[in-house]
Amino acid sequence: MDDAPILEAVDLAKAFAAGGRHTQALDGVSFTIRPGAVTGLIGPDGAGKTTLMRLAAGLLVPDAGRIRALGLDSTRESLAVQAALGYMPQRFGLYEDLSVQENLDLYADLQSVPKTARAERYGELMHMTGLGPFTRRLAGRLSGGMKQKLGLACTLVRAPRLLLLDEPTVGVDPVSRRELWAIVDRLVRDEGMSVLLSTAYLDEAERCQAVILLDQGRILDQGPPATISARMGGRTWAVSVTGKRPRDLQAGLSGQPGVVDALVQGDHVRLVTQAGSDPAQLARLPALQDARIDAVPPRFEDGFIDLLRARSSAAAPVHGTSLVDGRAQRAGEGDAPVIQVEGLRRRFGKFWAVDGVSFAVRRGEIFGLLGANGAGKSTTFRMLCGLLPASAGTLQVAGLDLRHAASTARGRIGYMSQKFSLYGNLSVAQNLDFFASAYGLAGQTREQRRDWALAEFELAPYAGQLSADLSLGYKQRLAMACALMHQPEILFLDEPTSGVDPLARREFWQRINALARAGVTVLVTTHFMEEAEYCDRLAIMAAGRILAMDEPAAIKAGARSPKHPEPSMEDAFIRLVEAADAAQEAA
Amino acid sequence: MSAPEKQPLRGGGLMRLRGLVRKEFLQIVRDPSSIAIAFVMPIFLLVLFGYGVSLDADHVPVALVAEAPSADTADFFASLESSHYFAPLHARTLAAAEQALREGQVHAIVRLRADFAEQLRWPDGAPIQVIVNGVDANTARLTQGYVEGAWGNWLARHAESQGQTLATPVELQQRVWFNSELRSRDYLVPGLVAIIMTLIGTLLTALVMAREWERGTLEALLVTPASMSEVLLGKIIAYFVLGTGGMLLTVGLAVGLFDVPLRGSFWLLWACASLFLLAALGMGLAISAVARNQFVAGQVAIIGTFLPAFLLSGFIFDIDSMPAVVQGITHVIVARYFVSIVQTLFLAGDVWSVVLPNALALLLMAAIFLGVTWRKSRKRLE
Repeated sequence: MDDAPILEAVDLAKAFAAGGRHTQALDGVSFTIRPGAVTGLIGPDGAGKTTLMRLAAGLLVPDAGRIRALGLDSTRESLAVQAALGYMPQRFGLYEDLSVQENLDLYADLQSVPKTARAERYGELMHMTGLGPFTRRLAGRLSGGMKQKLGLACTLVRAPRLLLLDEPTVGVDPVSRRELWAIVDRLVRDEGMSVLLSTAYLDEAERCQAVILLDQGRILDQGPPATISARMGGRTWAVSVTGKRPRDLQAGLSGQPGVVDALVQGDHVRLVTQAGSDPAQLARLPALQDARIDAVPPRFEDGFIDLLRARSSAAAPVHGTSLVDGRAQRAGEGDAPVIQVEGLRRRFGKFWAVDGVSFAVRRGEIFGLLGANGAGKSTTFRMLCGLLPASAGTLQVAGLDLRHAASTARGRIGYMSQKFSLYGNLSVAQNLDFFASAYGLAGQTREQRRDWALAEFELAPYAGQLSADLSLGYKQRLAMACALMHQPEILFLDEPTSGVDPLARREFWQRINALARAGVTVLVTTHFMEEAEYCDRLAIMAAGRILAMDEPAAIKAGARSPKHPEPSMEDAFIRLVEAADAAQEAA
Repeated sequence: MSAPEKQPLRGGGLMRLRGLVRKEFLQIVRDPSSIAIAFVMPIFLLVLFGYGVSLDADHVPVALVAEAPSADTADFFASLESSHYFAPLHARTLAAAEQALREGQVHAIVRLRADFAEQLRWPDGAPIQVIVNGVDANTARLTQGYVEGAWGNWLARHAESQGQTLATPVELQQRVWFNSELRSRDYLVPGLVAIIMTLIGTLLTALVMAREWERGTLEALLVTPASMSEVLLGKIIAYFVLGTGGMLLTVGLAVGLFDVPLRGSFWLLWACASLFLLAALGMGLAISAVARNQFVAGQVAIIGTFLPAFLLSGFIFDIDSMPAVVQGITHVIVARYFVSIVQTLFLAGDVWSVVLPNALALLLMAAIFLGVTWRKSRKRLE
């Protein structure tokens, strides 16, 4: 009984049709999950993770195949399945106008937890989640990380045997993310619970006992994460050339024969080579003259990229030489900062979303703002773009004071917002034309820019297609093209890569690098720790303040300790947040 | 922590239902827009219809033209001035009066010709001329009627003062039943009960259900052992209570503040209102089973139920004077049956021959809408 699969899918298929569009969310998916472990469901947005979760919980009916949870048929015995498993949907399923206690009471009533058993269970849950002091607070007033933990507590009011967590860590700060993982590990270890957890963060895969890799509705691979990364043994390297910027080195390596992946990582480039390629051959690549090449242990992500690359042979490298013309390269302005921010503050009601932020960005620099949802990144951005007036402080963008010349400054800025702001019912070409004309381009110039965008972003085959019908990766390309129509000298990118698959993200960063090489100044916000490594400098934000600002390698070095001799960006982030909290308590 | 044990899969329905109902009430109390729709809107509508909107003509501005002023003309004009129906304005010439009519300063002209006093002595009597601005047909007809009435009264009094009786072949004895003062407020305010309950029962319910879809909370509810019928029942109970509150508030204000008589039985009104409320809740839930975002749900609820309840229920416009096709359409408007019940119960009393068939229609409609909702809302996300 103990080794019987806790969740089992056979040839599962599910398609959705909306507005004449047909999406095959899942296509012949089969897997078996053993009890007593954390299984990761890994894949980019649109891979079919949520559909799979909903099928397991009996909320959807499959088109073909079957799925059984806890020995029950999820589709036909859905009420019984739902009584036995716990499921936390992506938005946690909390009632924001109910307090923490009221949310717990509601779910305890719905799960028929006896009144006598409640006090003890609540106590355990509050202890586990650290929500004890906040039971009277409305759920809507909790931070993202606390909401996530309350959502989890609500699904756990009656300990389920199988727990389904749908992207529980999206947009949550690294500290909360780490705490959530500690809770999940404890549930599996102490309560013998089985957990299926979906995520788009590849580094989380390594914490699972088994993973299912999902892409476009199909399973790419499944098994323990170690076996997937083990396949990459002897194929991963750290390379650096003295006196050459890692970004330039990366540009010289991507797309070269034998190279699967080249990624900027602080002061070196992480290189993944094709199976069977000879390390000696590597040294002969022109980009690697006089390079220092060290073998490094493989990561799960390397294996995933390798699988994705093998499937889609397209992925032509982006050279980006034609991305910008002379305009942005205007030389002679030296190292004067292009963006200068001093004591920037912004208040919403009683709440300071941005509380005294200062920084300066030089021409051609890639500057990152790293922080969890609610840290104040987007608010800072909107003020920089002149979309939101500042409550206090000064802002200079391209030498113009945004308080007085917002619209002139805006003409020199390209802005790509989180949700891409495309017109879904306009075609790709119409979107490009619209954004070009919004920036005052007309006639031949507009046509030239449109042709340039279609060619440069490889959008020509889709020119007539509605932008709503594009895949997420292509939407992202189009949004970036729209922001570049007027050849801005400064580019603002607000969470440009959330949700897209790792290949699209790499391609996107290649374009950004090319732009920066051509002299465009790039400001980017992200909550992906690894993306911070691609920036020249970055500011780590939490609760409206900048905790640290430096080059990625220096920020990581600052977190070095006997316990963490080689801290990751996430380690550094958590250290900074904890130090800031401690300082606040001491004050 | 206790190890997860095998659990009884169902049972505890009462506990679940109580939890759901309590959740609905907490949400109502905490959400200012629910409070606004349930309590502020009724008061606003009551004040608007109780004080603002009136179908009666009152203090109608009229221009009076006497081409040869005399004691008789002055006496007749004085009788118009003393009436609250008119706000007279003396004009020297017909041309001046016509100018005033064109400019919209007056709605009618009463003209007494130069030979008025002369003609009055003859048995045929004297003719008067009334010119009415016909743009607003309703006011025009009312004004015309009022002037004719005032003229008849004055003639009779005049004849009496001369020691004669006016020779009229048939004398009309008028009696107005049910609303003897002919106050349109007494007729409009009861109908408001139907409008307000449509707002609470349909609009509010459709909105809150759509909000659960939008915010993803329904997904979490659906994966608990609670069945879809329990979720729906929780909403029905909470909004039934809220709707009853709205009904009591409206009836209380109608009787207490606006002096509208309630001639029928309160308990009968209560029972019929409950039937109507069930139908309205059924409509709201049926809408939200189809429209899963608040904007669409709100639009459908307003266009599909609130506006018809306003225009086609007989609340303001008499159904019998509508074209046959429109009359046919009114039969699918739930509010129509309830409006005719409330108007009867308020103004006429317990007229069973009106109340019973309409109540049966309400029962049928409630069963249909709740049935549709039941069938439509499976415990699935598609």
